[in-house]
Amino acid sequence: MSTHVMAQHHPAEYQPPHHFPSARAEAEASKVGMWLFLATEVLLFAGLFCAYAAYKTLYPEIFKGAHKLLDLKWGAVNTMVLIFSSLTMALAVRAAQLGQRLNTVKFLAITWLCGAAFMGVKYIEYSHKIHVGLVPGQYYDMLGFTREFLEKFPQTPMSEVERLARGAHLFYGVYFLMTGLHGLHVLIGMGAIGWVLVRAMRGAFSPKFYFPVELVGLYWHLVDLIWIYLFPLLYLVG
Amino acid sequence: MTSMMAPSHKHGHDEPHVLPVSVYVAVWAALVVLTGITVYVAHFDFGSWNTIIAVLVATTKASLVSLYFMHLRYDNKFNLLILLGSLMLVAIFFYPTLTDLTTRGLIEPIRDLILPNR
Amino acid sequence: MTQLDPSSPANPEGHTPPKGGVSFYQAARGWKSWVFTLDHKRIGIMYLASVLVAFLLGGIFALLVRLELLTPGKTIMSAETYNRMFTLHGAVMVFLVIIPSIPASLGNFILPLQLGAKDVAFPRLNLLSYYLYVIGAVFAIYSMITGAVDTGWTFYTPYSALTPNSVISMTLAVFILGFSSIFTGINFIVTIHALRAPGLTFYRLPLFVWALYATALMQVLATPVLGITLLLLIAERVLKVGIFDPAMGGDPVLFQHFFWFYSHPAVYIMIVPGFGVISELIATFCKKPIFGYRAVALSSIGIAIISFLVWGHHMFTSGQSVVASMIFSFLTFLVAIPTAIKAFNWVATMYKGSIWLATPMLYALAFLWVFTIGGLTGLFLSTTATDVHLHDTYFVVAHFHYVMMGGTIFAFFGGLHYWWPKITGRMYNETLGKWSWVVTFIGFNMTFFVQFIMGAKGMPRRYYNYLPEFGPYHSFSTVGSWILGLGFFLTAYCLLSAIWKGKKAGDNPWGGTTLEWHTSSPPPLENFLTEPRVSGGPYDRT
Ligand SMILES: [Cu+2]
Repeated sequence: MSTHVMAQHHPAEYQPPHHFPSARAEAEASKVGMWLFLATEVLLFAGLFCAYAAYKTLYPEIFKGAHKLLDLKWGAVNTMVLIFSSLTMALAVRAAQLGQRLNTVKFLAITWLCGAAFMGVKYIEYSHKIHVGLVPGQYYDMLGFTREFLEKFPQTPMSEVERLARGAHLFYGVYFLMTGLHGLHVLIGMGAIGWVLVRAMRGAFSPKFYFPVELVGLYWHLVDLIWIYLFPLLYLVG
Repeated sequence: MTSMMAPSHKHGHDEPHVLPVSVYVAVWAALVVLTGITVYVAHFDFGSWNTIIAVLVATTKASLVSLYFMHLRYDNKFNLLILLGSLMLVAIFFYPTLTDLTTRGLIEPIRDLILPNR
Repeated sequence: MTQLDPSSPANPEGHTPPKGGVSFYQAARGWKSWVFTLDHKRIGIMYLASVLVAFLLGGIFALLVRLELLTPGKTIMSAETYNRMFTLHGAVMVFLVIIPSIPASLGNFILPLQLGAKDVAFPRLNLLSYYLYVIGAVFAIYSMITGAVDTGWTFYTPYSALTPNSVISMTLAVFILGFSSIFTGINFIVTIHALRAPGLTFYRLPLFVWALYATALMQVLATPVLGITLLLLIAERVLKVGIFDPAMGGDPVLFQHFFWFYSHPAVYIMIVPGFGVISELIATFCKKPIFGYRAVALSSIGIAIISFLVWGHHMFTSGQSVVASMIFSFLTFLVAIPTAIKAFNWVATMYKGSIWLATPMLYALAFLWVFTIGGLTGLFLSTTATDVHLHDTYFVVAHFHYVMMGGTIFAFFGGLHYWWPKITGRMYNETLGKWSWVVTFIGFNMTFFVQFIMGAKGMPRRYYNYLPEFGPYHSFSTVGSWILGLGFFLTAYCLLSAIWKGKKAGDNPWGGTTLEWHTSSPPPLENFLTEPRVSGGPYDRT
């Protein structure tokens, strides 16, 4: 990238592409573009939230029962991890605004590690769910659900557990689709953070030219925003 | 319309709008407290209000993230308009779809009353 | 002329700015200058070529479908092949032709010119959009080779989740094409906001720009829902999630909600750019500013907003609740208001205008004729009671071909003839252009008008066989499709031969007033040799 090489040698003299009148105009336009892209992400997830709302409306009891087998502890840990990563991301953008190269790199690295931690926790959760058969649709294991449920809530009457076991695959279908698509976004976000991290290490950014960090930050915050809704809807109210 | 892309910074020069670290830390602390509240509240059963409370707390958190972490409060207002517009469309998507799911078979009994010979 | 500021450096003597220099074709040569180009004009031309190839492919499928329907029973192909043919025709025409047709090809070329900009805001993203389009097309072709799809372009569940055909590659194709469309939309919105020439305020924008803006809004906000719908369909096939499968507690009607939440706005993604082209044509060839400019401009935005509220009119007979159907029916009628605002203002512009019946204007008139028929028959279908009778009959087929084919493709052709001298620097043969128009117009109406009649008489769409009483209508329609095909062939010959044989067009052959006519034909690499400044409305003449 030619702009990159230029910035490396003269960080203070960033030249925007010639169809923009100024570096500021380029940064502002890029931010509008990023926000439009975030709007498409909101509507992409809206489809899944709508499916969630539809089946929660149709089967409220089953959703309420089935969500109890999600691990609230891990969900809360991941919420804290993502919220903290949002803080460090915001601080990374701030450091880039001030031209503090070392702080930018440091905060971006912490954010990236938080993303990795989030995916690690998701891996633990997923492998347990897959192990006991709490998976979507055809591969869902009714016996596995019954066993798990009785282990966790031994007082529940058998007829009730059976009723839940028969419909719970829809909840896990929605759960895996929503968290799966979100996890994919975390991975993409980590890739983007890695990209600006490398550029920041090479000293590509300056107070006049830091908008790539800002755009990646916006994307990362959106990933956090979606989790802010996923966590209570899936883990807390079902 | 034309003013939408006008630079929204108030200082009149090209320096970025930098927030103090304390603002970011305060927002983070508020997010942690709100997460605690939503987990705590989930231990009680408010019936159909459970979801509404959860969504309200989540929306408060989301507002904090978007206004401060994502700078919407200080940014070009057109970006805020884009976000609100997308949320508006989410509502337009949800409302009729759920209306359909919850009102199937609602009119037919009335129709049979008016037109008993069908 | 657009009121160029007399003090502008682009306008030193108080009239047309200096032109000439090297055109963008001459600025770089070789295949790399196309494949890796970031120039919006070259990307627009690559889109144009790709769209026209896809149009040829979709057209061949259409001719084969019509040929099969020439006689009842088997004419040339089996019922299974027929199902694949109409699906491929629909999918190719919708996703590879009509959606990218005007915005991605003409829009890419003309939009920055009309704004007085050097390029779109994000040239790399623009090239990425194009290559996503190509990758999507490759997936679609892969699906065609590996068994094709027989679901119809709507991919309705539960059938699409069960059929053994290659649905996944086709849905992936449409998913990728969707993102191509989204990126074009983002690029256009930001370009219109950020890169207008000095003095070019929103109410001085040409109506084509307003239409592209409204289109881009719909592309950005509706297409992701199609994306998630297709991902869910893939999940349904691969993971057997069951969310659209009634046997597993799912709701197949939910799929239709998801699908039409995108696909109704999609029909406006297809037609609104056409409205923009028609506004330009009528302003230029009547030599008058558009009557009610602001109303026409804002009605594009109005259509974009209302388009999101009406998708349920495709589902009156799907088992959707009657309450929802009534609401959707009512809202659908509202679409008629902004649409009628446009139609009436165009007619009012023509009133006492000095009308020049050049080929582009003939296409504009054809558009007014067929679009009015297509639009008004839409009202029959949005009325819940009549829709129960007409749903899934040839009446619907005729309706959307009058709107999509007659509307969008006629506008596209009008725009192609209008901007052809700007794009190529050459003038097509006007006599040949007019005759091609006559043949196309007759062929189009022959093909589709009878479909209204047979639909109203109860001929269902997508059927392989039919009762003998529908025979005359089907044969007539098939003969019409041959005439229509001949018309397209003549049009293609007319435009392509102009590149080699056409006379030099000059910079402004039509007396157009918008900014693209203020630079040379074809334009130089960065569109204008000096930055234009604007101080008046887009269609003002002095
Ligand atoms: Cu529709």
